[in-house]
Amino acid sequence: MKTSEIRALFSVVSRPEVVSLAGGMPAVTALPLDAVGSMIGELVSGMGAQTLQYGSGQGDPRLRERICDVMALEGIADASPSEVVVTVGSQQGLDLVTRVFVDPGDVILAEGPSYVGALGVFQAAQARVRHVAMDDHGLIPEALEEALVDCRANGDRVKFLYTVPNFHNPAGVTLSEPRREALVALAEKHDLLIIEDNPYGLLGFEHEPLRALRARNNQRVIYLGSFSKTFSPGLRVGWVLAPLAVREKLVLATEAQVLCPPSLTQYAVARYLDTQPWREQIKTFTELYRERRDACLESLAALMPAGTAWTRPEGGFYVWLKLPHGLDAKLMQPRAVNAHVAYVPGIGFFADGNGREYMRLSYCYPEPDRIREGVRRLARVIEAELDLHTTFDAVDTGTFRAVGSAGRGSQVPDVEPYVGPANSDRYEDGGA
Amino acid sequence: MTDPAATTAAPSAPGTGKEPPALRAVVLAGGLTFEREVSLSSGTQVWEELARAGLEAELRDADAELLPGLAAAPADAVFIALHGATGEDGALRAVLDLAGVPYVGSPAAACRLAWDKPAAKSVVRTAGVTTPDWVALPHSTFRELGAGAVLDLIVARLGLPLMVKPASGGSALGVQKITRVEDLPAAMVSCFAYGDTVLVERFVDGIELALSVIDLGNGPEALPAVEIAPRSGVFDYTARYTPGLTEYHAPARLSEDVAARAAAVAVRVHEALGLADLSRSDAIVSADGEVHFLEVNVSPGLTETSMFPMAIEAAGYELGEVLARLLARRAGSTR
Repeated sequence: MKTSEIRALFSVVSRPEVVSLAGGMPAVTALPLDAVGSMIGELVSGMGAQTLQYGSGQGDPRLRERICDVMALEGIADASPSEVVVTVGSQQGLDLVTRVFVDPGDVILAEGPSYVGALGVFQAAQARVRHVAMDDHGLIPEALEEALVDCRANGDRVKFLYTVPNFHNPAGVTLSEPRREALVALAEKHDLLIIEDNPYGLLGFEHEPLRALRARNNQRVIYLGSFSKTFSPGLRVGWVLAPLAVREKLVLATEAQVLCPPSLTQYAVARYLDTQPWREQIKTFTELYRERRDACLESLAALMPAGTAWTRPEGGFYVWLKLPHGLDAKLMQPRAVNAHVAYVPGIGFFADGNGREYMRLSYCYPEPDRIREGVRRLARVIEAELDLHTTFDAVDTGTFRAVGSAGRGSQVPDVEPYVGPANSDRYEDGGA
Repeated sequence: MTDPAATTAAPSAPGTGKEPPALRAVVLAGGLTFEREVSLSSGTQVWEELARAGLEAELRDADAELLPGLAAAPADAVFIALHGATGEDGALRAVLDLAGVPYVGSPAAACRLAWDKPAAKSVVRTAGVTTPDWVALPHSTFRELGAGAVLDLIVARLGLPLMVKPASGGSALGVQKITRVEDLPAAMVSCFAYGDTVLVERFVDGIELALSVIDLGNGPEALPAVEIAPRSGVFDYTARYTPGLTEYHAPARLSEDVAARAAAVAVRVHEALGLADLSRSDAIVSADGEVHFLEVNVSPGLTETSMFPMAIEAAGYELGEVLARLLARRAGSTR
């Protein structure tokens, strides 16, 4: 099944009958929409001369200051607004960083699985992605070192490690405290640049945010941030925090792409941070997501057939589910669409064709009852698929008579071909 | 060609400037099937063409809003651009019949027959049309009798290569060509993900054709065959809907007698299954010039890369005009 077919299957997701555990859409209706609406209206009516005008390529200075306040919540205390470049979502930030550092054929290390939007950027840059294994505690430092040593022994130019340390998309896991230290130490040891992509860091359910990698090393880590999950994805405001020498190149690159990030949405975010209780709003979001995560995990535990395994996220949007042995999430997708439940097949999160037995489930958008119903449907889909495999997996085609007489791949059956419909109306049509 | 509205509306008095009111068409597209994306694309094309032809056209999904919507603002006729179940299996048409809503296309019972590919093949073969040998079986048969034994029989009877496809549905979703017997069990597994019955068909090598039929009031008329030459060799979903991946020849590069035979097959299929207004059969011409029927679509694709509009153009018609005439014929006539 090719990408276009997957897209076709996804087209039904917009129908309300389908429970979509596929998209990672933030629950923006939990925002104080009236207050945000008035705020944006005032930005136009009262400050239109600035908010509707071109702005600085690096981004609005006031917003960059406030971005530094936000990053301080994750232990980045030394960031200067001059090191921040505002981007059109962190997706553009990742694209800029990739353009600045990567040449065709270069190697990028990334967790396996990895964020699909990043893989798209790397593919466009003609980079080669080497995946590094992860487990319930995030990226495995030993696997990273092995990959680094291996790549360098092969003469590959490793440009950076791309990592999502908090509530990983799609794996749902978080890089543990000891591994954060180990990762930064490895970066020093092997002269490795780390791209830390952190859209979900403030959306933890269980504990205060862990200190960012960038808080531990300000030279070897470039940090990507976003307001898409803490405020609004529709405003498309993200940022890059990078050492000054890199920042200069990023500003030139962004000016070539978009001249400047949109003024109105930058002002909107800055005003929101200045005037609205945004930390309380993040708590509102996390409570809502925690309730949905609980609904998802409880339903999975109650309903999934034996052999299914999944991660238990402590924040963010995603559960990463492994199907029972032999099942393929992509091939199973039509059955899921028939059952009116949608997920994202795991293969899309790997650059090397792996991940067929995995799927990503998003609990961020549907209400808890819909999540429970979606998991119920998914469990039935998996059970039906298991039933199918029970029927066909044991077939030994080597014993087939056509194989025995004429060899595999033969186009010549060894018996007189039966002509006619061999099902219900076999005799009616009289065969040959 | 005649003015489409003229067949149903009284002509306006000359010189008064008063035109008859435009027919109101509702185009149905979307649906809740694998082919939703294609249907939305077809429906948009139909909607644009009808509007261009001077009709008042509205695009709607087949959802819970449809029947109240049609009751509140009745259509002179509905054009069904839904692909896949509901739109093509006769179910929606049966409901429109209940509601007394006129629609373009085949009646519910004929759609039900055409939708079931094995049943349609049986009827068509009885009508004297050649179709590749086949067997269609539900998963339960394999489970109960043993998949190995049943697949062994299938390969022994039908040989290789084989085509494995869902017994219903379109756009080539789930269709696989099997050349190695060891690939067959996995193909069955992935095909059964689309539906409970799999159609296994002997592969026929040859030129792939789309055979379109329209009926503008003078009986079914075969349009020039469209020849399909996918660059990859396989006319799968991607090759169908990605511009440039498939080369089409309209009319097909066939000798006169083969073209005539293909046209006769198209009309024979249309009539044998009791279809109406429009249909598109898929067929293969083998090296000996034989035309082999594969399946028929009662709601042929009408996207910019679809074969039905190519056939319309190759026949010298204009798509919007044909669609408007089909609609005008059905306006006000319930079944």
